[in-house]
This record gives sequence, structure tokens and C-alpha cells, in this order.
Amino acid sequence: MPTKAKEFAATKPFPSPDGTTGTGVSIRSLEHSYADLKTIDGIDLDAPAYSVLGLVGPSGCGKSTLLELISGLQDPVRGEIAIGDSTGAPGRLAHCAFMPQRDLLLPWLSAIDNAALALRNRGMRKGPARRQASELFERFGLVGFESAKPAELSGGMRQRVAFLRTLVAGKPVMALDEPFASLDAITRAEMQQWLAGALEVDPRTVVLVTHDVEEALYLCDRVAVLSARPAHVITELSAPAPRATDRDETITDPAFVAIRERALQALHEGMR
Amino acid sequence: MKRWLLPALLLAALVGVWQVAASTGALADVLGLEPLLVPSPAETATSLWNNSSLVAENAWVTLQEILIGFLIGLVAGLGFGLLLRPFETLRLTLHPLMVASQAIPILVFAPILVIWFDYGIGPKLAVVALVCFFPIAVATADGLRSVDPEAIKMMRTLDASRHQLLWRLEAPTALPFTFSGAKIGATFAPIAAVFGEWVGAESGLGVLIREDNAYLNTARVFAAVVVLSAMALALYGLIALIERRVVTWR
Repeated sequence: MPTKAKEFAATKPFPSPDGTTGTGVSIRSLEHSYADLKTIDGIDLDAPAYSVLGLVGPSGCGKSTLLELISGLQDPVRGEIAIGDSTGAPGRLAHCAFMPQRDLLLPWLSAIDNAALALRNRGMRKGPARRQASELFERFGLVGFESAKPAELSGGMRQRVAFLRTLVAGKPVMALDEPFASLDAITRAEMQQWLAGALEVDPRTVVLVTHDVEEALYLCDRVAVLSARPAHVITELSAPAPRATDRDETITDPAFVAIRERALQALHEGMR
Repeated sequence: MKRWLLPALLLAALVGVWQVAASTGALADVLGLEPLLVPSPAETATSLWNNSSLVAENAWVTLQEILIGFLIGLVAGLGFGLLLRPFETLRLTLHPLMVASQAIPILVFAPILVIWFDYGIGPKLAVVALVCFFPIAVATADGLRSVDPEAIKMMRTLDASRHQLLWRLEAPTALPFTFSGAKIGATFAPIAAVFGEWVGAESGLGVLIREDNAYLNTARVFAAVVVLSAMALALYGLIALIERRVVTWR
């Protein structure tokens, strides 16, 4: 189908850090419903390769469903989602790693074995899988916690391990579902900065769902504000300084504050 | 320390009260019995000491029935629980049968087993296994179904196959449930073994108890009961010990 090919070609890849093209996400006229309940009503969105797309919206608007659709955990009722060239659910599943709201670290595995889960699932032996994961522990400031059990880790540390587990899967796209929602405000700010740094070191295409407008505008390149159910896009905003080194300075900058006001306004509009 | 001390003190106190009540004849008076029929702990211990080889011989027979029967029930219960997990229809079909297996009145069924399988160890193993099977199978099946659906999604996006999902996520989640089922089974097993022997056997604590009952040798009946309780307690303790070693995350 030539029309579709043209549509997807419009998803221009970002200039990638290592010179490769990368894999973007493209959503076209997406509709979804559970039984008779319409949850998603006509969404078109693009996340070019190596960009971070934020989704904010009121609770229960279908953000998590949208992530599951993107990840290939289920298929939409109507419309199309493409990750790179893959449009089918199994293809999307192969190219997208999903980080759920709760860390869901397996309590019987050590931090390193939790992080290495995807490698083990692909048949890598324990030793090499641990070595590969421990490299990331070094790069992301988790050295010394490799053999700790999840119960011994703080909320922030658990979330870091859960993120590494998603990263170690080595998939071009990551779907993050309110990754810091369960953390206290101070830890959350710290984690946002940590995630910004992590994506600097190891860039991926990210779709980030959050209910925190500030978090979205700090971490994402573009932020889509969704309406209450059935969800549609109210507005799309470009963040002024995505993942800037100094978070506190960025979020108090007048340009940031102004765009946050616009996002909040759109959010209120969508709840009516 | 406290975990052992308090139950031990309570047990010692109960034995002490019983000793006083039985040796003064007060307990027999209350029950309206001949003092001969109400042995004191000291008399029970003496009987155990004097008949140690006889009790040990019979206890060994019963212990074998308990252990082997329990293992058969464990393997069958685990197998059932695991097998039913991937096949929802099969689970729904067999679940009522599993419940029915527990509803079988063992009291009525055991004699038939003896008619079918003779006086050997077979019928006892069947009774013990049947009694242990149900709690283990149900607990395992429930444990497998208690897995967080979000965790399953997470594992799927981390490329887990159906097989890996079972062994890396579902089986460890179910393990504490299985241990609970096994502990319940362990407390039933000795009763089931003795009952199997009661119906028809040549040796075992059940046989000893029945014969001693007939000859009013109550001290030795009590001695046999003490040994039987000790075996039940030991089996339970062993399972609890293994559980603490294996399920370290709870």
C-alpha cells in the first residue's frame, strides 16, 4: 500500500548519536475499546527514533492501555501502530520493552539477576548475562548493589534496577508507565535527573506515561496531552529544554513555567 | 529461643499436671475409671522404655508409610497443580474431581483398599497419599494463579517464553503456597497411616495401638501415641526447615 508507506516515511528519524537510523514509533488513527466501552478515540502520534514522547492525561484515560498497545501486549481494535517497520503485535513486542508502574522486581532474584532477566530469557547463560548487566550497574551508579535482594533496596534503587532491566533488554523502544509515581517528591526529582542522564548515555526511543506535567516536560522532547476517556490528543507541546543537566534551573525557567501552564490548561480542558 | 521456650514450658506444665492427676488417682476418679486404665506420663515413659524395640519396630513401619505416602501425594499434588496451570479447561474439568477425591470418606474407603490390595504397604500408601494430595494440589494451583498479571506482561516484553514464564515467575510465586499445602498434608499423614493400618495390617503403630487397646494395655497405647505425635511433629518441622532455606524472600 503506497499511501501507508508514505505516511510512515514521514516519521523522520532523529540524528542518532552513533550514526545509525534507529527505530521510531508511529501511531495512526488509533481506536480501542473494551467490550462496549470506548477507551481510545482516534489518536495520531509520532515518536521519532531516539526521542522521548510524553503522554499526560487524567487518571483512567487509557494511557496505560495505549502503552500496552504500543508494546504489542495487545492489538488495537482499529488503526495502526508501527515500531520501525513492525506493525503486528509480535513484531512490536520484539522491539519494545515495557516498564510497569510498580517495579515488580522478582523478590527471589538478586538485583543483578533481575536486571539480566531479558538476557536469561533469550537463553544467555547466567555468567555472561550477569557480566553484561553488571556493566550497566557500573555506568548507572549501582555498583555494590548487585547481589542485594529487592527487599533490601530503597524505592528509588528498586526503580533504577527496574529501569536497567528494561534497558538491558536492548530493545530500541521503551514504554515506561508512570515509572516514578510511587516515589516521594524528593526521590522522584532525583530519579528524573538520573533517567535524563541514563538516556544521555544510552539513548532510546521512549514513550513515557505520567500524570506529572512537570516530569513530562522535563524528560520528554514532546508531550501529548490526552483527554479523559475516550482518550484523544488535545494538544502536543514541545519541551523547551529536554533533559537539561540542571533540573531545578530548568523547571523554574520562565519558558518552562509558561509551557507548563499551557499543558495544565489543556489538561483541564480535556477533563470537562 | 522464645519460639521454643514457651511451647516447651506449656508442654512441661501440662505433663506435670497430668502426672499429678493420674498418679494420685484424681483423673481416674473424675473419669469414673479404674486407675489402671489412666496411665501417668511416668508410666507411659516406663512402658516406652521397656517396650522400646517393639515400639521402634512398629514405628519404623508406620514412618515408612508416612514418608513414602507423603512423597507420592507431594509429587502427584505438584504435578497436578503444575499440569493444570496452562490448561484452563482441564483445570475447570478436573477441579471438581480433586475436591471429590477429598470428600471420599477414608473410613469407608480404606477397608475396600485392603480388600483390593491386600495387607501389604500398598493400601496405607494410597490412604496417606490421597490425604496429602489434595491440600498440596489445591495450594499449588492457587499459588500459580496468584501471579501478578502485570508481572506476566513485564516478562512477556522481556521475551519470556511460556515455559520460562512458568519456571522463572509462576513456579517461584507458587512455592510458598505449596509449602503451606505440604505442611497441612504432613499433619494429616500420620493419622492416615495409622488408620490404614487399623483396617488391616500385620505391623505398625496402628496395629500395636489396636491390640493394646483390646488388652487394656493403656500405657503402651499412650507410648505409641507419643511416638506418632513426635513423628508428625518431626515431619512438619522438616518441611518448615526446608521452607525457610528455600523461600528466603518472605
